[in-house]
Amino acid sequence: MIPDLATAVDQTLKLPHIDYLSILPELILLGGALLVLLVSSLRRRMMTPGAAAGWTVLISGAALIAALVQWHEVSAHGPKVEVAGAVAYDGFSVLVNVLVSSALILTALVAEGWLQRERMAGPELHVLMMVSAMGAMVMGAADDLIVVFLGLEILSISLYVLAAFNTRRAESGEAALKYFVLGGFSSAVFLYGIALVYGATGTTNLPQIANFLAQNVILHNGLLLAGIALLLAGFGFKVAAVPFHLWTPDVYQGSPTPVTGFMAAVAKVGGFAALLRVFVSSFGLLRADWQPAVWVLAALTLLAGALMALVQRDIKRMLAYSSINHAGFVLLGLEAATSRGVSSSLYYLFVYTFMVIGAFAVVGVVGGQGDSRHDIDNYRGLGSKRPWLAASLAVLLMAQAGIPFTTGFLAKLEVISAAVAAHSTVLAVVAMLSAGIAAFFYLRVIILMYVPTQPDDGAVALPETDDLGLPRFAMAGALPGTLDASAHAAGLEGAGVTADSSAGASSDAEAQDADVVPAEVVPGDVTPADVVPVGVAIAIGLCLAVTVVFGIAPGPVVDFAHKATLLF
Amino acid sequence: MTPTFPYLTTLVLLPAGAGIVAALVPRSLGERTQRLAVEAVGLAGTLATLALAIAIIIGFHAGDGGYTMVSRHSWVPTLGISWHLGVDGISVFLVLMAAVLFPLALLGARIRHNQRSFVAWVLLLEAGCMGSFVALDLVVFFLFFELTLVPVYFIIAGWGHERRNYAAMKFFVYTFAASAFMLVAIVAVAVIHQQQTGVLTFDLVKLSHTHLSLTAQVLLFLGFTAAFAVKAPIFPFHTWSPDAYAQSPTTGSVVLAAVMAKLGTYGIIRFDLTLFPRAVVDLAPVLLTLGVVGILYGAIVACAQRDLKRLVAYSSLAHLGFIVLGTFALTTEAMTGGVLQMVNHGLVTAALFLLIGWIYSRRGTWQITGLHGLQRPAPILAGVFTVVMLASIGLPGLNGFVGEFLVLAGTFITHRWWAIVATVGVVLSALYLLWAFQQVFHGKATEADASTPDLTWREGLVVAPLVALIVFLGVYPKPVLDRITPSVERLVAHVDRATGTTQPVPGPSHRLAVDPAVKHRSAAVAATATAMNGQSTASSSQATGSNGHAAVVSSSTTGAGFRRFP
Repeated sequence: MIPDLATAVDQTLKLPHIDYLSILPELILLGGALLVLLVSSLRRRMMTPGAAAGWTVLISGAALIAALVQWHEVSAHGPKVEVAGAVAYDGFSVLVNVLVSSALILTALVAEGWLQRERMAGPELHVLMMVSAMGAMVMGAADDLIVVFLGLEILSISLYVLAAFNTRRAESGEAALKYFVLGGFSSAVFLYGIALVYGATGTTNLPQIANFLAQNVILHNGLLLAGIALLLAGFGFKVAAVPFHLWTPDVYQGSPTPVTGFMAAVAKVGGFAALLRVFVSSFGLLRADWQPAVWVLAALTLLAGALMALVQRDIKRMLAYSSINHAGFVLLGLEAATSRGVSSSLYYLFVYTFMVIGAFAVVGVVGGQGDSRHDIDNYRGLGSKRPWLAASLAVLLMAQAGIPFTTGFLAKLEVISAAVAAHSTVLAVVAMLSAGIAAFFYLRVIILMYVPTQPDDGAVALPETDDLGLPRFAMAGALPGTLDASAHAAGLEGAGVTADSSAGASSDAEAQDADVVPAEVVPGDVTPADVVPVGVAIAIGLCLAVTVVFGIAPGPVVDFAHKATLLF
Repeated sequence: MTPTFPYLTTLVLLPAGAGIVAALVPRSLGERTQRLAVEAVGLAGTLATLALAIAIIIGFHAGDGGYTMVSRHSWVPTLGISWHLGVDGISVFLVLMAAVLFPLALLGARIRHNQRSFVAWVLLLEAGCMGSFVALDLVVFFLFFELTLVPVYFIIAGWGHERRNYAAMKFFVYTFAASAFMLVAIVAVAVIHQQQTGVLTFDLVKLSHTHLSLTAQVLLFLGFTAAFAVKAPIFPFHTWSPDAYAQSPTTGSVVLAAVMAKLGTYGIIRFDLTLFPRAVVDLAPVLLTLGVVGILYGAIVACAQRDLKRLVAYSSLAHLGFIVLGTFALTTEAMTGGVLQMVNHGLVTAALFLLIGWIYSRRGTWQITGLHGLQRPAPILAGVFTVVMLASIGLPGLNGFVGEFLVLAGTFITHRWWAIVATVGVVLSALYLLWAFQQVFHGKATEADASTPDLTWREGLVVAPLVALIVFLGVYPKPVLDRITPSVERLVAHVDRATGTTQPVPGPSHRLAVDPAVKHRSAAVAATATAMNGQSTASSSQATGSNGHAAVVSSSTTGAGFRRFP
């Protein structure tokens, strides 16, 4: 029996008592990752991408079940501190575990399709994702700044490798290098923040810091405040808060699309989990000092994210900025610095995870082989070519915009409520205005997908001058591809114009024409015949289901987030 | 009061369900069959909704003007959101009007491609509009209020005219951004209520008892009104509307101008007046001014239009000004007139947009200068246009007159100068509409004009109910006014009670002979005020207030202008 062994060792080595259930999901992921790695090195042939994905789904499913068992346990017995005060075992950490394992399942399904399409053997991708997810879980549970750092590094280092995973694309390597350099820098900043906080309070343990601050009044707290500022900067980098966001668009754009989805979801969940815990529980008493900083950070993040997304032509960059905007909304909950704020942030993270993974899954499919088709012009007419894909993306984008009857709306309502209750009404208004700006670029994609290419319904022929038509012709030459393809495309477009204005040729005809010519030239052209891999379809379906079902009946998730915060 | 059959929930879910059914009609049926099936589903859905709305109005008893047919279920208890629906005399006619207009809008304008999605969006839009009109929970209202944006956006972008993408985007972003303020304000009201009572709720009836400081009221009022003013649109916030109206397909224009515009004005009456009465009283002059400016500006700009659709869009803006005027005059007559005018405006604008759509489908132009002498080849079209136009101008005997007269008369009591200036707008509306009519229907017909076909039987069938209602409401508005007045009186009494002002009661010489419904109203205000005591919604502190108020009312039967408690 493990407890007996632990007691026996404890007497000789003074090891702490460990309730292994409290770290079970982390252990499952770590063990699973090692197992997959082992099997794939010994029996390479056994680990086809499909098998690796299957293993990953099983392992993260097991982690999810473990997390649910933990939830049961925590609900029954209340929050605890485990592993000598290093790990918190409470509703908050369990929610992060649930969220990260769900994200992992979805990403594994998405990544499988990507690996098959790119013809890459990649058990390593899954292994790294499991390790990275484990880092996020550690961050969610960390009750000590050193453990936070540990989780941060496990999470980040795997992500650096993941970003570089597509060795055939220079952008991928570039993204990884940028991420690595800036990430390493931010880790150093973070670590220095820990050192300063330790210097000021004499401990790195979060509850002890809180105790120290409760019992002592520090007259000259410059050291502590500097430490807090550095911690905030380090976290800000991880969660992509403006002005620490500069890496985000490049890295999101360059990384393989499934990795981008994973990064956008898991890295943000991990970063925010630790950020919320450290700031609200440890530095809660100093909130008057850091709230203004977070206020500014949140306002900048909200506005810069929304405004910069407006001018993007690359969908992955656009979603990168949109994720920055979402980070701003989560920061609203932190700025409130109340339990309601924490709960609303958790809820926001929960629904955001599903929206963003689903959106990037669709983007990955549309991206085609080589991840090359990410210009928003590639989305033109998607509604008629791939109706289900387009509808899924439309719903997910609308949820991100905060349209009613999706989880996105309720998440925004929640954080806004928390902010208003904490008297941050101005910030709430800024947030909702940024949502209004954000609606613009989400809709731009949707409008492109559904722009009908045939003339209007009027009985008399209309002068059909589509106001989005001009950029299309301009883009025909600028699309990636050889001269040949653009020449053909230009010719076809010319034909398309006459067809459009005279007979009202449907977009299908145009699409077919386009398929015939560049099929060899641009390898990964999306054709109507392209099949969405089953795994990706399941993942998108799950994301949609969560987004819509919990948008209409939000009770369970809202209660989950509330209870998780109560057991904090 | 709760009926066994959940009328209102069905009213919302029926069109939504029909929309889903329409969206699921399989393409494999073949183009023609699919099209017929979709049209059948659309028509059945909207007609069933109409039947339900008629059932609601038959079962509706004005009573004391409170909410009836209430259905109330807990939805997201943690967030304090409840599925709380109800109608009163103000909303019930808007529901009916919307229910009448949707099938006509679908029938009146055929679209040539993608019928399936079109019908599905229209049905979803109907669900959104109905939901907004009957919601009594702020978040539920907001959900439906925002939900309406999505179908309209797709209808404009998918089936609109040349500049549809621009118009759709402008519409969406304008209204969405304005709603941002409302959402924050909704949350703020709920939070303040929670701080006072410890209960987190978004229920309108409960929130109306929240004690708000004047500053809070003004700020929150501005937050709500931002959204409503853009949606309506009220004068300086109207810039999206001519584009959206003009670029929409006919169905979209009809629904946008006739039904969705009412979401804004209805929202002001339902939420602003209920929740922030003191701010309403304080800011009424500002809003009245905006209303009057809107009337004049809309009329003047309409005079300058060469495009029939934009002309109607601006005339719609002018007429919305009257509704604003009626609302913020804060007298029973004016507000009753305002509510009636909402219905009138819906009917008239819908008819105008349909008629213009038909002219466009025959001639492919909206340019007034491109059309001449249509009266001879299309006499029925010209005749119908005449009736509708005269109703819009406000000719006695047609519905526009009743509403505008009540509004102006009611405004005159409290805000004389605004009423006088607004009357100029009535004259202007005659100017531009008659001018346009003259250009299009009179004059020398060219060859193309002479061969313009008259209304088909289908079009005639669509416009006939509208004309019938226009005439009916003009001749005999009593049944409608009788049902509106108690709710309006209740609301005005609520505002008076909360602000300590009294509604000036006109002397016998001011008595409105035209309006049988308000004959009993001079006594009714006092009666309502005391009747409020018995309301389950009235708290004890307010009850004492209304006792005092009743005394003041009885003593001030001749005063003009507000009287305040010291």
